[in-house]
Amino acid sequence: MPTDAILDQLRAAAETTTDGRRPDGSESVRPAGEHDVIAGMPARYVATPRDTAGAATLLRTAAALDLAVTVRGAGTKQSWGSPPSRLDLILDTTALAGVVEHAAGDLITVVRAGTRLDELAATLAGARQQLALDAPLPGGTVGGAVATNASGPRRMLYGTVRDLIIGVTLVRADGVVAHAGGKVVKNVAGYDLAKLVTGAYGTLGLITECAFRLHPLPTAVAYVTRRTDDPAEAGRLAGAVRAAQLVPTALEVDAPAGGGAAVTVLLEGTAAGVAARAEATCRLLGVDATAADEPPDGWGRYPWRDGDTGLKLTATLSCVPRLLADARAAADRRGLPLALRGSAGVGVLYAGLPGTADPEQVAGLVDALRTASAAVAGHTVVLTAPPPVRDRVDLWGPVDGLALMRRVKERFDPDARLAPGRFVGGI
Amino acid sequence: MSTAGTDLEALTAALRAAIGADRVISDRQQLRTYECDGLAQYKVVPALVALPADAAQCAAVVRACVAADTPFVARGSGTGLSGGALPHADGVLIVTSQMREILEIAPADERAVVQPGVINLAVTRAASPHGWYYAPDPSSQQICSIGGNVAENSGGAHCLKYGFTTNHVTGVELVAPDGDRVRLGGRAPDAPGYDLLGAFVGSEGTLGIATEVTVRLTRLPESVRTLLAAFESTDQAGAATSAIIAAGVVPAAVEMMDALAISAAEEAVHCGYPAGAGAVLIVELDGPEPEVAAQFDQVVRLCRDNRAFEIRIAADDAERALFWKGRKSAFAAVGRISPDYIVQDGVIPRTALPAVLRRIGELSAERGIRVANVFHAGDGNLHPLVLFDASVDGQTERAEEVSGAILDLCVSHGGSITGEHGVGMDKAKYMPRMFTDDDLDTMQLLRCAFDPAGLANPGKVFPTPRLCGEIPGRRKGVHPAQEAGLAEAF
Repeated sequence: MPTDAILDQLRAAAETTTDGRRPDGSESVRPAGEHDVIAGMPARYVATPRDTAGAATLLRTAAALDLAVTVRGAGTKQSWGSPPSRLDLILDTTALAGVVEHAAGDLITVVRAGTRLDELAATLAGARQQLALDAPLPGGTVGGAVATNASGPRRMLYGTVRDLIIGVTLVRADGVVAHAGGKVVKNVAGYDLAKLVTGAYGTLGLITECAFRLHPLPTAVAYVTRRTDDPAEAGRLAGAVRAAQLVPTALEVDAPAGGGAAVTVLLEGTAAGVAARAEATCRLLGVDATAADEPPDGWGRYPWRDGDTGLKLTATLSCVPRLLADARAAADRRGLPLALRGSAGVGVLYAGLPGTADPEQVAGLVDALRTASAAVAGHTVVLTAPPPVRDRVDLWGPVDGLALMRRVKERFDPDARLAPGRFVGGI
Repeated sequence: MSTAGTDLEALTAALRAAIGADRVISDRQQLRTYECDGLAQYKVVPALVALPADAAQCAAVVRACVAADTPFVARGSGTGLSGGALPHADGVLIVTSQMREILEIAPADERAVVQPGVINLAVTRAASPHGWYYAPDPSSQQICSIGGNVAENSGGAHCLKYGFTTNHVTGVELVAPDGDRVRLGGRAPDAPGYDLLGAFVGSEGTLGIATEVTVRLTRLPESVRTLLAAFESTDQAGAATSAIIAAGVVPAAVEMMDALAISAAEEAVHCGYPAGAGAVLIVELDGPEPEVAAQFDQVVRLCRDNRAFEIRIAADDAERALFWKGRKSAFAAVGRISPDYIVQDGVIPRTALPAVLRRIGELSAERGIRVANVFHAGDGNLHPLVLFDASVDGQTERAEEVSGAILDLCVSHGGSITGEHGVGMDKAKYMPRMFTDDDLDTMQLLRCAFDPAGLANPGKVFPTPRLCGEIPGRRKGVHPAQEAGLAEAF
């Protein structure tokens, strides 16, 4: 087997760090295998640094060798976005894991990016605390959730990554390590780069550590569900819940392709408080409403499976019923089974279509949904799609501020080596 | 990039032509009105003041500045406490106070759309008849503007539960430092692309000027309950705060004042706080009635358990207002007990409170400078008020030493040099105590993307001005790996 000079260089770089020789004999840099593929694009090498310094050395070396790099966590969302236009090195963060600090009294934690969200949750639960961030795809890492700005039902009360992240450690494309924010919740010193890299799909730098504010775990929860045949009625009920004094943690609507719809309200708090609010919610939603202490099926999961087309639709709040109705009508006109589910309480709907659906029809529906969401001040983004669909649609649609975004990318990654082409406007 | 006399005349003419003569101030006496913001120890008279009527005029002013290579500084109501709106002597001060229309209150969308000069409290006044309000409530909310709040990412007493300005702004239209008008975010959540909105809020006028702001409205709570608890010491009050947080309660606000701050407030506004208190806590809970009822009893119990010697529960809005009056007037009140004072703003992990307060006490004793402490105890945001008399030799210097040492103390405990007042002019020199050169350089990358010419509020936030230069990289020719003999071709 011929020697590979680049592999040797990467290995030599890793050797210079504390990460060089691992007691367990595992390699921190290896040739890519058949599964080391990002959205269909194969890589040549995989590096698995264990700390920020190790990652910085690797990225510095990758810069010197002009290698294109894409970051991978658990790989649960690698089918999202466009394939990178160039890919040499996958920077795998799964060894860059662990809770650095959990200051329970201060309600904060600092974690390495490769830490799995479910493992972090188990650690925090020991102190009856939580990072109030839902993981719609199980098994994902903290860094992956931040980079893709993933969120779920409870965003209605707790917000999304941008509202919970208070500090970040980054390694830039040139290998320079930078911090922003800190580990106190209240802090306005310097630019909020943690928000900048949230949802940036790894195109501005490698996130190695994040600091988050935490919330106490509630002592009681209740899920109040009301089913109806008419999705528009579901939208109307959601509006009534928002106008009431229930302070729900989540307000979800689920309208499967087969018809009908359900509205579910999640209430959290003290035992006495939740009981009283659940009763009031049942009264508000009508006689058919039921309260449970477990979530309904599919709660917090995307309404699609691997290989399907998955979309995110947004709307101004009062127009969620209209978007539900318009989306359903547009799908029906094309005979497409569109599953809709999402956070009616914040104006976000997810939509799924089978991977087997005709790509032309799907592309037509994406256009129609884009028109429908634009009419209610929102957007339609194709999060994931099989290649024949991806080839026919613009995944992101119109993007405000794109020229500024390109300028930001040029400053952070002038050689366009970090996940090139994976983000909006070919960034 | 300075403006010589003739250039200034040309710029004055250009601005007058663009937005009307009555909207441009060049008279030296009138310009002096704008020489400082809420941090009056810094004074700089601007070269010109422009008062645009709308976004188009604001963009025209910025474009004229760009054409003349002249720096510009945005100013709202001028209440900032870090000198963020301190004018540039050779620059144009762009005052947004004429853009003060509430464009829309949309309770069904949980949004309001306002111009930047709209006063913070005006949004709540307009929304509350519908049952909604604007949650961020800086102490200056009766006079500060939304545009200024956006620039500074303003907080307030209730951000413990509700977050800061950045959590409540869903969209802005801004004039970028090159004069382009850009829309970021809007009424719907999660606009695709980088979260430039998140980077813009709190950028202290260095990334552009907001000309329209879309904010989130919050439902007025069904129930609000407030208590005032008096303790013998700040340690006891701090322990009570810790116990409340540890119990899983998230109050809307937990505020603390020490004995000196209490006596100042008493003298100024006669708030009638319990006599002999070494510390008072104001704890406010809000939300659905059944939740507030359950948790309020718990909070009362936890205060008693931590040796509160008196607990008053506000019977009505009037009494609640009285509790808050002492707290909200504290900054101004220390003027009654000291001719001069510095309002400091630092943050510590809340659990470090006892250690930090002890050290502040030592610093105070060592330098013979009194320090009154007021803080948002729930989130560790300290506002030590450093008292001095400028007419006494050396006191100003010693007060500044104490004030700076308090910031070092915050940083050494893993905190921040500012929780809500911003870096501005005042704290730019402290940034290297919290951030490395690489950190600051990385922040500059963002600034250079927005403002390569460095015209937007130069000299603020960052300690040393840096030129942006050309974008590095963009290699042409032989591939470096190829050149190094490492690869044939890619």
